[in-house]
Amino acid sequence: MNPLRRALLGVAAALLLKPFAALAAWHKEAFGAKSAPDALKSLGVANAAPSQDVVIEAPQIAENGAVVPVEITSNVKGTTSILVLIDKNPFPLVGKFDFAEGALPFIKVNLKMGETSDVRVLAEAGGKHYFATREIKVTIGGCGG
Amino acid sequence: MAAGPMKMRATLAGSYTDVRVLMTHPMETGQRKDAEGKLVPLHFIQNLTVKVNGRTVIEGQTSQAVSRNPVFSFRLRGGAKGDKIEVSWLDNQGETNSTETAVA
Repeated sequence: MNPLRRALLGVAAALLLKPFAALAAWHKEAFGAKSAPDALKSLGVANAAPSQDVVIEAPQIAENGAVVPVEITSNVKGTTSILVLIDKNPFPLVGKFDFAEGALPFIKVNLKMGETSDVRVLAEAGGKHYFATREIKVTIGGCGG
Repeated sequence: MAAGPMKMRATLAGSYTDVRVLMTHPMETGQRKDAEGKLVPLHFIQNLTVKVNGRTVIEGQTSQAVSRNPVFSFRLRGGAKGDKIEVSWLDNQGETNSTETAVA
């Protein structure tokens, strides 16, 4: 094997074996997607099943779309990752959170919503995806002005 | 507004540790216009990391749709008084910040 090829293979192996501790690169393609299905496709999510074990707590009506409190809990056993999308935002994917041993699959944060929309949450466990949606009505959008 | 300081609190809450962290950040969507009618460029937190005693337990990637001056709540399994919690973020303009606290 020539040295260049060996070096390239080494780099490839290093990328593949990158430890969890190294900061995962921001997923530009998925975050740039303009529809929820496109974002999920670029994250390699297919055949997500609806589940009552994915719990979204949020107000039914958000007066101010710039600050919509959303609390997410996954009761799916072995959840390693949670995806949050707002279907009707210009860029639906809001966040991807990976959980290692020691963290509970829970997030609470305020989000911006441009208009009334479903909030879609997916939990990944054992290579499978489970999802729940919840509609939040917005009276004043929070993306522009 | 530029990115600013962080505040964090970590408290035992029975079977888990509750971590609340405030990140001072404009979280600009790139769609807002300033007083002169010019678009304010995209400026938002893209990556965040939560560590317990030096070990990464949560890695997040976020978009501009997180509200301004984000307050995140996370929950850590178990925990003990004095455990060191460290949270850091990195934004799309390369700015970064971190803070640490001990579980109370």
